[in-house]
Amino acid sequence: MRSISGIWRRSIQARVVTSTIVLSTLVIGLTGWALLRDVASGLADSRRVAAISEARSGFDYAQTQLDAAVETEPATQSQTLTQMVDSLTSSRGAKRTYELVLEGPLSSTDGQVPVRSSAAITPDSLPDDLAKAVKAKPGTYWRYSDLSLLGGSGRDASVVVGSQLRAPGTGDTYALFYLFSMADQQATLDLVRRALLLGGFAMVLMVGGVAWLVSRQVLDPIRMARRIAERYAGGNLEQRMHVSGEDDIARLSTSFNQMAASLQTQIRRLENLSRLQQRFVSDVSHELRTPLTTVQMASAVLYDARDKFDPQTSRSTELLKGELDRFEELLSDLLDLSRFDAGAAKLELDAIDLTQIARDAADDALLSRKGIKVTVIGVETPAVVEADIRRIDRIVRNLLTNAAKYSGSDRVEIEVAQSPECVSLAVRDFGVGLSGDENLRVFDRFWRADPARTQGGTGLGLAIAREDAALHGGTLTAWGRPGEGAEFILTIPKPEGSSKVPAIVSVYA
Amino acid sequence: MSYRRTKRDRVLVVDDDASLAEMLTIVLEGEGLTTGVCRSGDRVMAAFAQFKPDVVLLDLMLPGLDGMSVCRQIREKSAVPIIMLTAKADTPDVVAGLEAGADDYITKPFKNTELVARVRARLRRSDQLVEPLVFGEIVLDPTGHTVTRKGEPLELTPLEFDLLACLLSDPAQVFTREILLQKVWGYHHPGDTKLVNVHMTRLRSKIEDDAEDPQIIRTVRGVGYQAISPT
Repeated sequence: MRSISGIWRRSIQARVVTSTIVLSTLVIGLTGWALLRDVASGLADSRRVAAISEARSGFDYAQTQLDAAVETEPATQSQTLTQMVDSLTSSRGAKRTYELVLEGPLSSTDGQVPVRSSAAITPDSLPDDLAKAVKAKPGTYWRYSDLSLLGGSGRDASVVVGSQLRAPGTGDTYALFYLFSMADQQATLDLVRRALLLGGFAMVLMVGGVAWLVSRQVLDPIRMARRIAERYAGGNLEQRMHVSGEDDIARLSTSFNQMAASLQTQIRRLENLSRLQQRFVSDVSHELRTPLTTVQMASAVLYDARDKFDPQTSRSTELLKGELDRFEELLSDLLDLSRFDAGAAKLELDAIDLTQIARDAADDALLSRKGIKVTVIGVETPAVVEADIRRIDRIVRNLLTNAAKYSGSDRVEIEVAQSPECVSLAVRDFGVGLSGDENLRVFDRFWRADPARTQGGTGLGLAIAREDAALHGGTLTAWGRPGEGAEFILTIPKPEGSSKVPAIVSVYA
Repeated sequence: MSYRRTKRDRVLVVDDDASLAEMLTIVLEGEGLTTGVCRSGDRVMAAFAQFKPDVVLLDLMLPGLDGMSVCRQIREKSAVPIIMLTAKADTPDVVAGLEAGADDYITKPFKNTELVARVRARLRRSDQLVEPLVFGEIVLDPTGHTVTRKGEPLELTPLEFDLLACLLSDPAQVFTREILLQKVWGYHHPGDTKLVNVHMTRLRSKIEDDAEDPQIIRTVRGVGYQAISPT
């Protein structure tokens, strides 16, 4: 059922063909019905006219017979009537197309009206109202009816013509009915109906076929356009439609091709622009490196000799060196980000053990120098993933540095856990924590928790860390509660695994 | 060529950036080295012949003749250690430069200490070999730093000599790239495997009959390199 409704919804052709068939069936059906009705009434009318004229001559003959038998005895009168019926039914032609019924005399005393008929005709073959009309007044009357014989199976359509006869001697009245069968007309009508049905059916089929062909003629180019548009959307910008002739489809193709060409130009232009932009960032970063090298070398020379300077010059030298280091860090971070943005960052994959990374990072000199106690949890069993050791190391060190620098916490927890799908490493501090949407904003470039305080750093560390994680198909998420602490969870998928469900759920989740 | 410990070591700085070239000379002179400067690629060979350096510091981006071609020109004439200066550590330029014959490279910006350490490392010859080493058909002589195979002398750069000596001295050990970097290049350079890979390829092309099917040094997949003991 769903597939049929699906085809209906999706295929214009199915809709066109179906509605064409339904409508043409309706039209052909109506026409056929009207035609059939005309034919039927025409046939019946001509039959009735013939029947009435034939019946009239019969009535005249019967009246003559009755007039002639005026002197006969009542006993023989009955015999005369039977003979009359016999002669009426046998006198004409080889094949008789009617039956006769003679009722009367109608004014019999015992209420029983004797009936003579040419065949065993069922009583309901004679319409009551016709019988009444005939009996009431002299004249010729007719009705359509169904003729059925006693013991017969079918009922034939018939036309019944009746008239009153009067015996001049006795004054008795008789009713004589002619029942003309219309079986021949019925047969003709049946033939016509069969022909109409067959013809109509064939016509509907043909119209459906024509609709299918025509709709295909229109739809094929549209379907081709769809396929080409899909391929175009899939990135194949060279796709064009084939244009032939000057019809609407050809114009559609031309328009489509013009659109495709203009889109292609636009995309090329934007690609070029973005490539130029990336190239520019990369070039700038590289061009800055040579002078920066010189300046750094000079500052190092000055810094090494700072003991010989007066205090102000000496302090200036220290500041110079410190800020130059920061500048270099910033430049290097910017270059890294431009590589991510350009999609030029490459992984050098190795099997690495995150527990080893965690242990090494915990031994970092910076943390112990700041007097921060680092606890490592869950490093008993190796947690191995395919990853770029330099990038993972950079992420973990970045998280630890952040915890040490900005949280104000004096202890840090590193936890490693794994699931069959992935390995997670969490760095948790117990400092100022994160509030509101800060857990999302920490990854923004140049974002700082407190804009007034700039405690060194580039403000790009976490942005790079998140890009590094994403490059591995992994995730880096931040969690926290104000005043309680913050937790960063790095999740790297195992080969064939995914990082959708991290192996560690944050305590702040 | 022999190592001159008695004289001041001579460093030829090839860089088109005047300030950087001068700054390099200031730092290197401060370390007790003699320096010469060449500012253009097409004048390097003349300066090289005149100055006779013990180490060349070569910027990859040069006017006139590019660093790669300069590198190849020097290599045709001499086995002198070459250290490239590059602003792009992640480009194929580095590998191309190493393949052109450079021994090592430094990425800008660098610290003075790092620069000096690299230059010193190239000047200092590894002293792990004191006596001539015979390894199958190959004979290494540490006094003249010469290598012969089946009696034929092999043209190895000092770095290639050290690399070969390091590997052959202990055939039982598989040397990881990290260890080779430490022992031969003389500093810790985590994860920089292209340095080892490129030089190993060049060394093999000189000592092996078929570099694709090495008979002297084999690659231990995922670990490093190992000498194949002669049977």
